[in-house]
Amino acid sequence: MLSKIVRTVTNGFIPFIIIFGLYIIAHGHLTPGGGFQGGAVVVSGIVMLLVAFNSQELKKSLRERVLSIMESSGALIFIILAFAGIGTVFFYNLLVGSPIFGRIPPTGPNLGDIWTGGVIPLMNLAVGIKVIAGLSAVVLALALFSGGEEVEE
Amino acid sequence: MKRLVTGWILLLVLVAFLVLGVTLVHPFGYPNTSDMDDYMIENSQEETGSNNVVAAVLFDYRGLDTLGEATILFTAVTGVLLLLRVSKRKEESS
Amino acid sequence: MMEYIPLDFPFIAAALLMGVSLYIIIFKKNLIKLIMGVAMLASGVNLFLVSLGYRAGGGAPIYTGIPKETMVMPVPQALTLTSIVINVAVLALMLTMVIRIYRHTGSLDSEKSRKLKG
Repeated sequence: MLSKIVRTVTNGFIPFIIIFGLYIIAHGHLTPGGGFQGGAVVVSGIVMLLVAFNSQELKKSLRERVLSIMESSGALIFIILAFAGIGTVFFYNLLVGSPIFGRIPPTGPNLGDIWTGGVIPLMNLAVGIKVIAGLSAVVLALALFSGGEEVEE
Repeated sequence: MKRLVTGWILLLVLVAFLVLGVTLVHPFGYPNTSDMDDYMIENSQEETGSNNVVAAVLFDYRGLDTLGEATILFTAVTGVLLLLRVSKRKEESS
Repeated sequence: MMEYIPLDFPFIAAALLMGVSLYIIIFKKNLIKLIMGVAMLASGVNLFLVSLGYRAGGGAPIYTGIPKETMVMPVPQALTLTSIVINVAVLALMLTMVIRIYRHTGSLDSEKSRKLKG
């Protein structure tokens, strides 16, 4: 564990990092970014938590069962969205035109509306959850193994 | 000694091949044929409805590659968490 | 062909990056340095892939900013994203194998972990 100043500053910074990562995930169809990039930003925030606090402390907050459920559900939602439009083709974008996410933007450069995009923002969220859960589990396992304690069966 | 000479000859041949091969593609900034990309830039706002053409390419036109990549990420996470486990060893196990 | 070579700087930089990483992989014996060489090879390949799709005087292919006549090609950028994620996965697996080898044999030399014993 590092000193008190580092722990307090880390505690103050971590909400901004998580909100920035979720902003990059959510606006994936309007600005550069998307699921993978936003997931990497959130995981780098978790690495900062791991450096400031001990890995034994972090093991109490990020339990392994919660991370496993999050990663599997992210992959399942992605596959269900891919199979939803199986009547036409495999990855058919079936929400274009429907009132949930289906507005069509005007042609040419425009300011961008968040309710456009069809099935793309939902896929971004699924992939973002999958990347966050998977990479934070990997980083936590590496830190726990090298610190002398093994991840028990 | 023989290993050093072989290593240097191999390295020089590979680097020469790489530099030659990289300059024989189209000159930088003027691609030859870009019919598929022109179609995607034209029609990505009506068919998919998103402003970001790269996200539309990743998740709509080429969604199967993203599915394969998500599978690779899942397999790698499973492999890492499998290799870093130590089962409780009992005294009478072989 | 001789007048194209002085303008192809990103291509030649990617080829030289791959050349340096091949030097590391052939001549170095430490396991961590070998992993760094593989990561550098991945960076060189990603740089080459992104700079293949450039159009002279173009901008980012996003409709919020610029009109559609001056956009670069969007497909190589999507392929590079996939390549980066795959390289992260391969690097994570390589690092855990190095951790296991260090616990088992006690040294980071690649010559010592060649023998198939116990």
